[in-house]
Amino acid sequence: MSALPPYADLLGLTLERDVSGAPIMAMPFNDGVLGRPGFLHGGAIAGLLEVAAIAALRHALAAEGEATIKPITVTIDYMRGGRDKTTRAAGVVTRLGTRIANVEATAWQDDRDRPIAAARMNYLLTRA
Amino acid sequence: MKGFDVKRFAALLQAGHGGRLGIVYHDHDGTAPEPWVELALPYAADQVGDPVRGVIASGPIVTLMDMATSMAVWAKRGRFAPHATLDLRIDYLRAATPGRTVIGRGECYRLTRSVAFVRGQAHDGDPADPIAHVAGTFMLLDAAA
Repeated sequence: MSALPPYADLLGLTLERDVSGAPIMAMPFNDGVLGRPGFLHGGAIAGLLEVAAIAALRHALAAEGEATIKPITVTIDYMRGGRDKTTRAAGVVTRLGTRIANVEATAWQDDRDRPIAAARMNYLLTRA
Repeated sequence: MKGFDVKRFAALLQAGHGGRLGIVYHDHDGTAPEPWVELALPYAADQVGDPVRGVIASGPIVTLMDMATSMAVWAKRGRFAPHATLDLRIDYLRAATPGRTVIGRGECYRLTRSVAFVRGQAHDGDPADPIAHVAGTFMLLDAAA
């Protein structure tokens, strides 16, 4: 697992782990991620989902050696407004191919079963 | 003349996430059949998502395009009214060149009673060589039920 990129610091993200050791990204609410008054900016939620997806992908790749990861498509669905509280996100690698990885990520606040947003990402991999 | 002042609204964006990323007004046409708004995202080292290549993360580009397409909706409606992003898809045609300002152009090509349909492109100097295409929808929160 590489160190988090500068953009993760901009968002104020911290890395947590679930019981299996898989990465979870946590984003505190602050003025720097605010959209319309009282709500998270959709772009900040997208950024959190992206960092979580790449963390899940690096976690999955760790056993196979490093690879460069480039986004091809990112599709984000917004289900609920992000309120004034910490948001967490985690990614699941649905397929890890030689050149393409498919990753799904969800973001939630109080209840992981009530996501505020979800994303599907396709990444181009260049294996070392 | 439409009642939504794009330049004046963009000047108010210093607060919040867009301001944190340094997003500013670039250009617009609010009276075109498909009104469009262009915003600019200056390159910043703290937005890098790929430290090896120096490429900015996709999150700032999503933010740029969410804001440019949102403002295109308000330009088309002729006023500001709250809406929520329902979905946004971004296709990355190539990586943004490190050091270059990214220009995001958003258009609203269809407006119904409750949904705005938007699309846009992002480039880093040459509109004919875009870095990303986006398509999205917004739910209009002031629409009649």
